[in-house]
Amino acid sequence: MSTIIEANNINKYFRKPMLFHVLKDISFNINKGEFVSIMGKSGCGKSTLLYILSTMDTDYEGELILGGQKLTGKSGNELSKVRNEKIGFVFQFHYLLPEFSVLQNVMLPARKLGRKSYNEIEKDAMKSLSLLGIGDQAKKKASMISGGEKQRAAIARALINDPKIIMGDEPTGNLDSKNSDNVFNIFRQLSSELGISLLMVTHDQDFAKNTDRIIEMEDGHIIG
Amino acid sequence: MTDFKIILEITKTHLLSRFKQSSIAALGVTFGIGTFIVLVSFMTGLNNMLDGLTLNRTPHIHIYNEIKPSEVQPIDRSEEYKNSYNVIRSIKPKRSQERIHNALPLMAVLTKDNRVKGITSQVAAKVFYISGSIELNGVVNGINVADEVKLFNFGDYIIKGSPENLLRNSNGILLGAGLADKMSLSVGDRLQLSSVNGGVFPLKVVGIFQSGLADIDNIQSYVNLKTAQEFLGEGSNYISDINVKLWDIDKAFLFSKEISKQHQVTAIDIKTANAQFETGTTIRNLITYSVSITLLIVAGFGIYNILNMLIYEKMNDIAILKATGFSGNDVKLIFISQALIIGLIGGLLGLIFGLFISILIDHTPFETQALPTIKTFPVNFKILYYVIGIIFALVSTFLAGYLPARRAQSIDPVDVIRGQ
Ligand SMILES: Nc1ncnc2c1ncn2[C@@H]1O[C@H](COP(=O)(O)OP(=O)(O)OP(=O)(O)O)[C@@H](O)[C@H]1O
Ligand SMILES: [Mg+2]
Repeated sequence: MSTIIEANNINKYFRKPMLFHVLKDISFNINKGEFVSIMGKSGCGKSTLLYILSTMDTDYEGELILGGQKLTGKSGNELSKVRNEKIGFVFQFHYLLPEFSVLQNVMLPARKLGRKSYNEIEKDAMKSLSLLGIGDQAKKKASMISGGEKQRAAIARALINDPKIIMGDEPTGNLDSKNSDNVFNIFRQLSSELGISLLMVTHDQDFAKNTDRIIEMEDGHIIG
Repeated sequence: MTDFKIILEITKTHLLSRFKQSSIAALGVTFGIGTFIVLVSFMTGLNNMLDGLTLNRTPHIHIYNEIKPSEVQPIDRSEEYKNSYNVIRSIKPKRSQERIHNALPLMAVLTKDNRVKGITSQVAAKVFYISGSIELNGVVNGINVADEVKLFNFGDYIIKGSPENLLRNSNGILLGAGLADKMSLSVGDRLQLSSVNGGVFPLKVVGIFQSGLADIDNIQSYVNLKTAQEFLGEGSNYISDINVKLWDIDKAFLFSKEISKQHQVTAIDIKTANAQFETGTTIRNLITYSVSITLLIVAGFGIYNILNMLIYEKMNDIAILKATGFSGNDVKLIFISQALIIGLIGGLLGLIFGLFISILIDHTPFETQALPTIKTFPVNFKILYYVIGIIFALVSTFLAGYLPARRAQSIDPVDVIRGQ
């Protein structure tokens, strides 16, 4: 099985308000199509790690490799491109641009990539939205739909460029159990059917239990 | 390169979602540019009018014979006192004629010169105007009225009668408005001129002229060249002034030096004679530009403020865009194009607003005794000012947008996401 993401000896410090060693020697791999969850106590550094893995945070020591390509040390513009093309990200809050329609939000990363025509992108976006059960909300303004619907629209957006990996920081954190199950099933489907790797931070035991592997963190270390 | 259409789409959405603030920012630019257009059109209109007033009737080179003491006094020629320091008090000029020596050959030379557009010759004489019991002193100029009309727009200053009347009537006189007033004379009336040596000439008023300068209108009048020569008892070679109009006014200075050296006459160019006009023009331009730039700086601060506020409000959007793969440059472009669109729309409205007010001013009646040819306020409609205006608008809004856009470019999405 091929490795999608590889983290080697990642260390991260916060210097303000005082020197604080958040991530200590983090090393792990995620394979193609693998569904991995990260668990750990609040404040142990899960989000911090995710920001580094998603290339948004470049202030760390160690090495990050995505699909065989070393990302550490690349310029901001190159990393933007990598994020656009290969990484999907699902946040816990503030998912969408509120003044655009749901459909436009989903299409945005693909239009930035510019690989397909507008019509193809629109078709892909509609397909993803339907897959996630919110095809009927596509033309609504993003600020007009419910939290669960926003969350699913954000997943559709993460999917639009056929990324190698989707990362999420508590993507079901503020969903009810029905919606949460729904989202979990979608993730499951993506990894098994499309071979997309998934890395999800979660506090939800049931959610984590059903993933392929759980990475347990404590105090900036990986403990299992 | 990112598809610029998405950038513009985001820009448009941001502007429309903050329509009120964007409009106010654009209005600031409109006001700045509009004021610039109005000021610059009006000020340069005024400049052109005032310059025209001078240029129209002022010869580029004025040739005459100035009576002045000889530069070389007899003692300077003496060998004996050559190395001494000679002081002579109370030097008086030698009595000589006021005519230009050899005027006719000089005129022939000037007419042939290809720098010269045309020349007019005049005979000036001091006179007394006699009408009934009133006797006023003044100056009468003998002119070739057709040439004066052609070269120096003489016709513009005739407020009653017409210059042709003088041409047709060898005993006609064009009277200064002030003189006509004092002597209660009007077109068709008669008066007498008396020369300094006592001769009396009966003349008929064929027109009234008003130059706008009371000092001139109170003493000056015009007759035909020949009439003036007869009046002085001189022949047709008696000429006291030659006025030269050139094709290129900038050559006046050097040409005047050349004439006075070669022909032993006094030749004064227009710039030397009217040095204050350049200064006035420069100062009016300076005022125009500094007022406009001040207004644009104020408008620029407005745009700066509004963009800063917008960026603060759109922090989440910026973070999302960056997280989904838009680069810092893209984000910068979004905000700079917002500033430029505000500048473009505000600037174009400013041009229209400026044009409208200019047209209004252009149609506002403005009649004054001093300027008989002007009926409305002078406005200079020149396409160049509109080009400068829109460039002004774009440059100032770009500068105002640049700093906030740079700030947006460097926003760290992690900070924003963590801040939730
Ligand atoms: N910008 C920062 N400056 C200083 N310390 C920070 C900063 N961001 C986070 N921290 C600290 O780093 C530690 C890890 O934060 P992080 O957000 O990664 O925790 P987490 O594991 O995601 O917690 P949670 O489950 O509550 O989301 C925390 O102790 C936090 O206080
Ligand atoms: Mg967290």
